[in-house]
Amino acid sequence: MAVEKRVRFRSWWLPWVLIAPQMAIILAFFFWPAGQALYQSVLMQDAFGTSTEFVGLDNFRRLWNDETYLASFQTTAVFSLLVAFCGLSIALVLAVMADRVIKGAMVYKTLLIWPYAVAPAVAGVLWLFMFAPSVGIVSYGLRQIGLEWNHLVDGRHAMALIVMAAVWKQISYNFLFFLAGLQSIPKSLIEAAAIDGATPWRRFWTIVFPLLSPTTFFLLVINIVYSFFDTFAIVDAATHGGPGKETAILVYKLYYDGFKALDLGGSAAQSVVLMSVVIALTVVQFRYVEKKVQY
Amino acid sequence: MVERRPALTVLSHLVVVLGALVVAFPVYVTFIASTHTSEHIVQHVPMSLAPGGHMLETYKVALFGGETSYGSKVAPVGRMLWISFVSAMAISLGKIAISLLSAFAFVYFRFPGRDLCFWMVFITLMLPVEVRIYPTYQVVSDLGMINTYAGLTVPLIASATATFLFRQFFLTVPDELVEAARIDGAGPMRFFRDVLVPLSKTSVAALFVIQFIYGWNQYLWPLLVTTDESMYPVVMGIKRMISGGDAANEWNVTMATAILAMLPPALVVLVMQKWFVKGLLETEK
Repeated sequence: MAVEKRVRFRSWWLPWVLIAPQMAIILAFFFWPAGQALYQSVLMQDAFGTSTEFVGLDNFRRLWNDETYLASFQTTAVFSLLVAFCGLSIALVLAVMADRVIKGAMVYKTLLIWPYAVAPAVAGVLWLFMFAPSVGIVSYGLRQIGLEWNHLVDGRHAMALIVMAAVWKQISYNFLFFLAGLQSIPKSLIEAAAIDGATPWRRFWTIVFPLLSPTTFFLLVINIVYSFFDTFAIVDAATHGGPGKETAILVYKLYYDGFKALDLGGSAAQSVVLMSVVIALTVVQFRYVEKKVQY
Repeated sequence: MVERRPALTVLSHLVVVLGALVVAFPVYVTFIASTHTSEHIVQHVPMSLAPGGHMLETYKVALFGGETSYGSKVAPVGRMLWISFVSAMAISLGKIAISLLSAFAFVYFRFPGRDLCFWMVFITLMLPVEVRIYPTYQVVSDLGMINTYAGLTVPLIASATATFLFRQFFLTVPDELVEAARIDGAGPMRFFRDVLVPLSKTSVAALFVIQFIYGWNQYLWPLLVTTDESMYPVVMGIKRMISGGDAANEWNVTMATAILAMLPPALVVLVMQKWFVKGLLETEK
């Protein structure tokens, strides 16, 4: 709030009326539930929901000792690193190539941005159909080259499936940011290097890539946030967290434990853990990524 | 371009075209599947990649519901599209409206607790639905908003990003405009309506695209707050169609539904491309 207006209006009631709708929604649907999650995370409810008792940090201790929870952490880590790495590299290659060609850059942009509009759940269904073990067109192709694809039994296949769907959906976003970043790099730098005889390959690694690093870092954070929190629908549509619990990422497990298994204390503790993850990521994003891209 | 390297230029075009094709492939397959019968898809593996002749009947079944060739009942997607449309409009317009109002209050007024309120809005960035699933559901259910449009939309229309965007924009509006408005005898709301809102048109358009897609693509939230089939948005409805397993699914109808579910947000993105790109780069989500 450093920047202030010199000129203001005066009214003791109007500003309150103006922010009232926003505040009412925030209090009712954000702060109150978050508080409830904190409160429930230190309570234990019996199976019939008749009595609750204060158990302190027991729910967290239970989580810490729960192997499926630790496994879910690992699954989420693997998943988000794969999504971020694949998504960023593919988008970077496409953006660099699209940036090179002046003719048709707009057309290419149009051709590559629309997957952003596809809902994660729909993306999950699309990829599921292509890879469906018995009817899928890609799984058929893979069978022809000797790879028996079945994400219903093979955890690695299931992971690959949700990674592909998640990367596909996120490519547009990464592409647009990389393209904007590339277009903001001063042409004179590149020209100077070219005159000095640097090849395009060398120019990319010594000039373009370092200058792009703020964008890359920003996108890395965004992609990790995305794969942590926005991919629930992809997982739910494509694999249901299976086979077994092999693709049950943290948010999926939280939903499952709270809504299907009705373990309120446990799921509240998971909520609290996830909240700290978001807080950490948000702090990183605002602390280090403040001025990421100059347009 | 810095220098002439025809080979590299050709390679660039090639890579991007290839990329665009690979990106489009899943949707092409989806469209083709929606023009075949489900028998064809299940019995002729791999299904043919040329369009089949059953497009109209598949889309008719998908849109209006009815019996499929297997004799199973399909819920009409038309209704679901309507639910999605109403929710997406309510969410995007609602977000824009309450964010404009609160950004106006934050920038043009000084009142006790202003900084606190501003920080509260900021903190909502750290509390996505995903981390407070059960307690939020509890609130909605206590308020009797399960299976209502209000339940589907109101909890989602608080928006930190939109508030920040408008605040940022209002800070760049010259003070002279306020002074001029004052001299003309305009009160704060008059200034807001006749000066500030018209000036914000581009930002509003940009945010609208982003938030419409956000609203249309909601999945987890409707999953929590709707239990009645007549209130399912299409994104949720489609997932319920694939519960039968590989061979038993009505793939053609499912894929027609997928196309129908993709079409409105994709159209919004393509028609409003300029604002979409602006909105994406500026709100950075």
